[in-house]
Amino acid sequence: MTRAKRLALSIGVIVLLAVASTFIGAAQMDLSDPRGMMVLTVSRIPRTLAALLTGAALAVAGVVMQQIVRNRFVEPGTAGTAESAALGLLVITLVMPTAPIWAKMVAASVAALAGTWVFVHMIRRLPPREVLLVPLAGIVLSGVIGAAVTWIGWQADMMQYIATWLMSGEFSGVISGRYELLWIAAIAAAIAFFAADRFAILGLGPEAATALGLSPRAVMRLGLTVVAVVTAMVVVSVGMIPFVGLVVPNIAARVVGDNLRRSLPLVAMGGAGLVLACDIIGRLVIAPYEIPAGTILGVVGALVFLWLLWKPARPARRKTLPEQVDV
Amino acid sequence: MSETVLQHPNLRLRQAATWLRHPVLWLSIALFLFCMIWLFQGLSGNYEFILKLRMKKLAALLTVGSAVAVSTILFQTVSANRILTPSIMGFDALYVMMQTLLVAALGTTGFAMIGAAPKFIVETGAMTVMALLLFGTLLRKGARDITRMILTGVILGTLFRAGSGLIGRVLDPNAFATVQSVSFANFSRAHTDVLGIGATITVLGCVIAMWLAPRFDVLGLGRDRAIALGLPHGRIVVAALGLVAVLVSVSTALVGPVAFFGLIVAGLAHAIAQRRPGGAHHRILLPVAALVAMCVLVGGQTFFERVMGQQATLSVVVEFLGGLFFLFLLLKGKIR
Amino acid sequence: MIRVADVNHQIDGNPILTNVSCDIPQGEVTALIGPNGAGKSTLLKLMGRIEPLQTGHVAINDLDVGTTPSGQLALEMAYLGQNLSVASRLRVRELIGFGRWPHCKGHPGPVDHAAVHDALVMFDLVPFADRFLDELSGGQAQRAHLAMTFAQTTPWMLLDEPLNNLDMAHSRALMKRLSDLRDAGRSVVIVLHDLNHAAAWADHLIAMKNGRIAASGTAEEVLTPQTLAALYETDVQVLRYAGRPLVLHHI
Repeated sequence: MTRAKRLALSIGVIVLLAVASTFIGAAQMDLSDPRGMMVLTVSRIPRTLAALLTGAALAVAGVVMQQIVRNRFVEPGTAGTAESAALGLLVITLVMPTAPIWAKMVAASVAALAGTWVFVHMIRRLPPREVLLVPLAGIVLSGVIGAAVTWIGWQADMMQYIATWLMSGEFSGVISGRYELLWIAAIAAAIAFFAADRFAILGLGPEAATALGLSPRAVMRLGLTVVAVVTAMVVVSVGMIPFVGLVVPNIAARVVGDNLRRSLPLVAMGGAGLVLACDIIGRLVIAPYEIPAGTILGVVGALVFLWLLWKPARPARRKTLPEQVDV
Repeated sequence: MSETVLQHPNLRLRQAATWLRHPVLWLSIALFLFCMIWLFQGLSGNYEFILKLRMKKLAALLTVGSAVAVSTILFQTVSANRILTPSIMGFDALYVMMQTLLVAALGTTGFAMIGAAPKFIVETGAMTVMALLLFGTLLRKGARDITRMILTGVILGTLFRAGSGLIGRVLDPNAFATVQSVSFANFSRAHTDVLGIGATITVLGCVIAMWLAPRFDVLGLGRDRAIALGLPHGRIVVAALGLVAVLVSVSTALVGPVAFFGLIVAGLAHAIAQRRPGGAHHRILLPVAALVAMCVLVGGQTFFERVMGQQATLSVVVEFLGGLFFLFLLLKGKIR
Repeated sequence: MIRVADVNHQIDGNPILTNVSCDIPQGEVTALIGPNGAGKSTLLKLMGRIEPLQTGHVAINDLDVGTTPSGQLALEMAYLGQNLSVASRLRVRELIGFGRWPHCKGHPGPVDHAAVHDALVMFDLVPFADRFLDELSGGQAQRAHLAMTFAQTTPWMLLDEPLNNLDMAHSRALMKRLSDLRDAGRSVVIVLHDLNHAAAWADHLIAMKNGRIAASGTAEEVLTPQTLAALYETDVQVLRYAGRPLVLHHI
């Protein structure tokens, strides 16, 4: 398939999903009726947009993360980023209950940045040949931060908030006026588009990046910021959606390879389509009730992850290995 | 060693001294003290009622402690790996999912109505079969690449948790609370309706484990050595994994998932038992681990509940410290 | 005698052994030689019932390896593989004690303690007896594992490259010990990489290549320039020293 054809096909699928998404839901919608129009503009369209933005931003953040740590099995959800964002959100809610939304947003982003920074520095101390230790360490770090969040939430009687932030991202609460933060995530992801080449070069290793005249630290800081902001915005607005940032980039890399400039559009659209599709399925399975998109992605994503782990060995799995040795 | 003892005049005294240093003895004394404090500290008012309640909680803590300890040690022996616990590998998540699945599959036939004990036995049986199939295969296939095996277990755990969440939602769209309540352990609110059967099974499991202990020692040498020494390797692995599955079912049914508790317990038990010759043998290691776990649970719960006035804290603290310990082991490169 | 008949073996669809048949004589030191990937270790594992047989038969002292209870076989043969990592943190004496397991099943008596002590003495391990394995050097740990295999006191010993990690003196001491045991009536099958150890100590050689037996016989019969050149696909010279062949392959 040529590149143009592939792009056209992906856009077509996403448009189809988006149209379907605006017509599926618990409330009856009759467009000749003003109330039907309201359902469309206040609920359905924002919800569809929210799912698309979340998916695209998370998938791009996943790619950026994988380039930064040069490991295919990492994403914001398995690096402590989401839990850190929740921790920041929890702390500011406790310390300043009346803080405006932008303050909460900043707190979550800063905390997410700090947590990801800890992860990036921690994995440098792992034995370099053990590629799979990196996601394992990340998952456990997430668990440790999550335990702290849970404990504070328990003490402060805020378990309900934590459940919505961490356990199952869902879009049923999205209405106009309550999802716009996701545009910030989208902007952050768009910045990654412009810096795509830099991230791709960083993925070759710090030596290669320096040799090509880039400052690896500066690129890494930019990347970490993108990842933190995207994750924080998603956690704040809809809750964490697991595995998007892992599954989509890996599959995209199998299709078009690792040249970010070529693969990023596909990654973004893949993420958007995947999350929207899961949201639609969640609305259909036990209608009129709903299953959170995050829960469905938990199952689907874990299955794909297992497949990625055990698929017949190709050099791709160990691809990042040689450069990692002398970090 | 026997010669040096014979040469010494105060033979009996010395013998008594070495005996007192036996970890099983001093851990038992410590556990006894913790239990007494737990039972009788601040006892006032309606003695009989409070004592009964405390005994019930104590029995739950002791059951969970020994179940977690023995299952973790056995799992580490089977997987030939010191940083694994059944929970890290998704055993408890599997139990929770089997629970949800059985209710989903048999709910219409009144499965949910039968008593707690029969229900628990059916769940445990289903869990054991699944665990043997799944983790038996995983341990065999994963032996060459341990990190991949561990990561697979972790992801399987995520899959089971998400799966039970999904099934739970489909079953009862409003039942978010039940799913949430099984995501964290709670030592102070044990499900005592399965306490009787759980404690019986745990005692049985511990007896079988002690009986098979010399065989588990050989198993710990690795597959090739064990076969070369004539151990029926496959059967012992099945026995160990079966015991692990049953014991994990008990602890999960009683208090919920405890991911890293077993790791701390096993780490402490190895450190304590190793100071004695023969300490790597399961005959010593298993009781030491069980006693350590019970001491941590009873002592910790007494501290947090009575001193700090916080019932739910212990499990979170244990998870937090256990997670840090795991990261420490990873960073130290102690993956094997 | 170990009798191997029509053994074929595959791993993941790749043939490792093809139509292997051979008789390994009792009361001799038999060396398996051949290039990397020839199937030596796999053949040894099949003889030691470490891997289950796929096709064919192996019998040791007329006991069929596929059907005889594993515990009974453990009294006939001891096996030492190449992978010596042990997850349990054991002291040297404890490790060697496991060599007695087929005899005592975890309840050691005076005979077992004596056997462990003999093995400790035999491998110069008395000073390390109460040290943990992970506190030893590679060669010391290797000797501890060998001592465990000796403590099993079986008529047959199957050893897969036991000279790994051993220095010159301990390598020679081990080969000497094996020949002493042979003189005492026991039988040894050993995978060797160093042809000169095979030349100096082995009574019987089996040369393998690509999963087949390429040659077998005494050192004089197998260690010829023609056979070795075909076996390793490289030129080698063979001299004679002290009545034994001496293979020159390093120049």
